[in-house]
Amino acid sequence: MADFSTLLHGALVTAAISGAAIVCGIPLGLVLALIRWRRIAGLSSIIALYVSILRATPLITLALLVFFALPALGVAISASTAAVLTLLLNTSAFNCEIWRSALEDFSFDQLEAARAFGMSPPLMFRRIIFPQIWRTSLPPLVNEMTLLVKASPAIAVIGVVDLTQAANRIGADTYQPLPPILAATVLYVLLVLILVALQRIIERSVRRKLAV
Amino acid sequence: MSHDLSIVLQHYTDFLFGLGNTLWLSAATLIVGSLLGCVVAGLLLSPARIVQRTTSILVDGLRCVPFLLLVYLIYYGLPQLGIRFDRWTAGLSALIIYHTAYFGEIIRGAWLNVSRDQVEAGRAFGYSGLLLFRRIILPQLFFSSAPLIGNQSIYIMKDTAFLMIITIPELTFAAASIQSTYFVPFASFLAAVLLYWIVTLAIERGVHRIELAAELRRA
Repeated sequence: MADFSTLLHGALVTAAISGAAIVCGIPLGLVLALIRWRRIAGLSSIIALYVSILRATPLITLALLVFFALPALGVAISASTAAVLTLLLNTSAFNCEIWRSALEDFSFDQLEAARAFGMSPPLMFRRIIFPQIWRTSLPPLVNEMTLLVKASPAIAVIGVVDLTQAANRIGADTYQPLPPILAATVLYVLLVLILVALQRIIERSVRRKLAV
Repeated sequence: MSHDLSIVLQHYTDFLFGLGNTLWLSAATLIVGSLLGCVVAGLLLSPARIVQRTTSILVDGLRCVPFLLLVYLIYYGLPQLGIRFDRWTAGLSALIIYHTAYFGEIIRGAWLNVSRDQVEAGRAFGYSGLLLFRRIILPQLFFSSAPLIGNQSIYIMKDTAFLMIITIPELTFAAASIQSTYFVPFASFLAAVLLYWIVTLAIERGVHRIELAAELRRA
């Protein structure tokens, strides 16, 4: 029973750290995508490089880099902050690509029409572009969230006691590793299913709103 | 900083050794996984409902599980049942099992997209059996799934990094051991990141070449 609460605590740590990275990573990805979409000189190519490198970097390597290199450069950082930062750096790069592809596909006619009505770029973004692109981006964004949750065990390597690490410890304490690993697997599947269910609920409520 | 860099450069053979292990583990997973993926795709498309259902539950289930947990299951969990593997066997079989599920889905999708008209046309021209598969079906499967398989190869390469946890001396393990001996975190992990990036760029370039070839074929 005590073991189960350890496991549950680990699941909450995984959910909180991934959740924090997702909540910050979605708007950050959008900002990066907007800079690339507007082709802001200099910044745009830096972001392209950032995205290209981050997408190629294993999460575990990134976690080690963030956790060991930042203190060496004089920035003190706790393991859990390093974990959030690692997941955030990773997911924002993938989110940038998702938002960017929605922006690049956005209908040029609508932009022209909005401009003809004298809308300023920020107003155009708020009233015309964003309400449409978030709906097309939702499924790939949720897909990216599930990938992030599945890659999140990487943060165990810097000492964060997440769900995987909790299962590992229980196994080491009880000499019976199989039950905690299987229980952790079930909890991960539940976390992924919750995300997918949230997506369904949001999509359904949007559809209902549009139908009225 | 330049001191750190020179330590990393002095130990470049360690990094190349790690990279070598990363590359062969990835390549073995790509080859064996995609072959087994063909079998899984066949099962997913099986007319026997029970076979199709069971396979699809297994494949979907595997795709919900974090890769590291599968590694733990095989390396730490199975010995409890008396099934023991060394770290290399455990690591490689985890990679292959996990990615076979993804390859199964990719190949199933490509198979469903094979143009039925072209297969009929091929039949009309007297192609059948193996020749029909090799000349008409296989090229379509290959060209339509190449981008997804390239993408999957990048995921495989990134998943090999998890195997450092069971002390397989791949690239991230090499970087971590250099860092723990000489305390050069920034330079050593950055070197690893750059090597991963170069491999990824090479894979993306290869996929791009294949896509160009596919367009030339169509023209």
